[in-house]
Amino acid sequence: MAEYQNIFTQVQIAAPVYEGVPLPRGVWGRSGGGFIHLLGRFGDAQIGPIYLGTTGLLSLICGFIAFEIIGLNMWASVHWNPLQFIRQLPWLALEPPSPANGLHFPRLQDGGWWLIAGFFLTSSVLLWWLRMYRRARALKMGTHVAWAFLAAIWLMLVLGIIRPVLMGSFGEAVPFGIFPHLDWTAAFSIRYGNLFYNPFHCLSIAFLYGSTLLFAMHGGTILAVSRLGGDRELEQIVDRGTAAERAALFWRWTMGFNATMESIHRWAWWFAVLCPLVGGIGILLTGTVVDNWYLWAVKHHVAPMYPHVYPPQIDPATLPGSAHLPGVTQ
Amino acid sequence: MKYLNLVRSRNIVGSACLLVCLVGAGLTGCERPPIETKQSGFRGTAMEQVINPRSDAIKAAANVVPVPIPPAPAEGPLASSVYQNIQVLKDLNVAQFTRVMLAITQWVAPPDQSCNYCHGANMASDDKYTKVVSRRMLQMVLHINQDWKSHVANTGVTCYTCHRGNAVPQYVWFINPGESSDSGLIAGNAGKNKPSAAVGLSSLPYDPFSRFLLDDKNIRVIAKDALPGGDYSSIKQTDITYALMIHMSESLGVNCTYCHNSRSFAVWDASTPQRTTAWYGIRMARDLNNNYLVPLTSTFPTHRLGVLGDVAKVNCNTCHQGVFKPLYGESMAKDYPELTGAIKAETPAPAATAPTASLLPAR
Repeated sequence: MAEYQNIFTQVQIAAPVYEGVPLPRGVWGRSGGGFIHLLGRFGDAQIGPIYLGTTGLLSLICGFIAFEIIGLNMWASVHWNPLQFIRQLPWLALEPPSPANGLHFPRLQDGGWWLIAGFFLTSSVLLWWLRMYRRARALKMGTHVAWAFLAAIWLMLVLGIIRPVLMGSFGEAVPFGIFPHLDWTAAFSIRYGNLFYNPFHCLSIAFLYGSTLLFAMHGGTILAVSRLGGDRELEQIVDRGTAAERAALFWRWTMGFNATMESIHRWAWWFAVLCPLVGGIGILLTGTVVDNWYLWAVKHHVAPMYPHVYPPQIDPATLPGSAHLPGVTQ
Repeated sequence: MKYLNLVRSRNIVGSACLLVCLVGAGLTGCERPPIETKQSGFRGTAMEQVINPRSDAIKAAANVVPVPIPPAPAEGPLASSVYQNIQVLKDLNVAQFTRVMLAITQWVAPPDQSCNYCHGANMASDDKYTKVVSRRMLQMVLHINQDWKSHVANTGVTCYTCHRGNAVPQYVWFINPGESSDSGLIAGNAGKNKPSAAVGLSSLPYDPFSRFLLDDKNIRVIAKDALPGGDYSSIKQTDITYALMIHMSESLGVNCTYCHNSRSFAVWDASTPQRTTAWYGIRMARDLNNNYLVPLTSTFPTHRLGVLGDVAKVNCNTCHQGVFKPLYGESMAKDYPELTGAIKAETPAPAATAPTASLLPAR
């Protein structure tokens, strides 16, 4: 009996490894390949063939160097104690140079390692981007994935190098560490008067949450109509089957409008790309163009005013007695 | 088809189990419900206090005020005219003075040493360092109750506010030099990135106290204008201010919004009155550290000092101990007018005479 089977089907078909389309001349060959049953429960059971290439290899080497510089400095900070390294790992970090250092290259122990690690991490990520772009070209694909990846790289570079350079201090950059980079984020918002009033931050959040919403809507829709052939999405663009019709009608019933089997992917791509793109713009403007987002929002009537619940406080430092507090010798 | 459906449901159950495990693992650092929130500002502005009834019950039990000693009669000869070497509490009569000594014995001295913790066979002698420290601490209590009403109001403080039955208050701080790295080429940690209870186990700088409660460094890092040009505070400076704020939050058991407006931490006119009280509290701690504790450094024996040879100092937690008002705001000082300066001798005490070896069987 013929049955349509989708990726959740437990039936796995083993066949000779598919080597993929023919390669243009002058590139590395593809190597390896086989089937792993466990992977077949989540996606395609075939693993490989893997194509590393020059950019891939260099990217891995640069990434490894950055990883080692960060990890070994962290480990050294707990006196090479393996147990403490694991226990304290979330707190450990490689710190950027002190603000007093400006844009000079500091001594290794004063942030020099941070700059070197940042250089290799950036190289690694950019090489990986080039590899993605070239692999897509080699397969005669569009380069949508590479450009989406570049949006994320943009945010990383704004945080790590572009904004610090504009501010004139590497000390403005983010430490490499789990809790330290989170505390940096909070300190950044505090210093610049509440990032929630940064409109690009607002947009970024909207696209972030929008991405998850679209992903859930699209994934849910396709799974819901896969029993009707809906997982052959692209075929249904040109030849609307009952799956596409039902899915479209479902959304018109529930919200009056529907994306098409094709346009939903553009919606998802743009939402995902715009999240780090506008986020990066928001970070870039902070400290360079706007110094206090709350005051900026008040100035431009973005921030609403609420009634006072407490009697308004006066900054005690502005009161006449503040210079003559008990025990203060001037 | 039926078979496939069964397989699917098993997959869903498996995935759900995995998800629950992952979420559970991610929540191990959180407090279990119930957690209550109490609105403390205009609706919709996230002005609220998070309350954990379980930890509140533990704190309430740990902050019970001891039963006051019955008041001393107001009449009687001045202690300074009866006892030798009286340099503080000169306005008190013998009964009042004895009452204070009794209270200190309850609040501070280890039970197995009692009076002997500070006094030798000759009660008037200053041989024991603990007595010299106690005298200065009595002056400090009077100073706080008389001059720092901007922070302690009329609630006031007593020795018990900090000591709680301990010879050394449980929550004091020493300068934390951090750990030196192994070799010159290893990156320094910039005074942060260690799990430190002083800053609520965050990765923030672990010694914000030297900078703000000993030195008078600029604590304000938020720009005062919308546009750049007037403020060059760095993120690293912000880290240190933030670290002190986390210390205050942990010491008082409150959220940021106890003092600050959720929309702007900087603006004063939308802050709560508690922020003003806290502003004076920072200055009070700095005053006490510089004028009462640091000068005692050479008085203390080495084992009472920090790794850098510095004296134990106060921060917010020394008095507050996890509560928004020490001892939930219950005033002990009102029962001890001896410690607030409320008792004035009718005739001025005779001018202090040079300490002489006691001939009397005095205290």
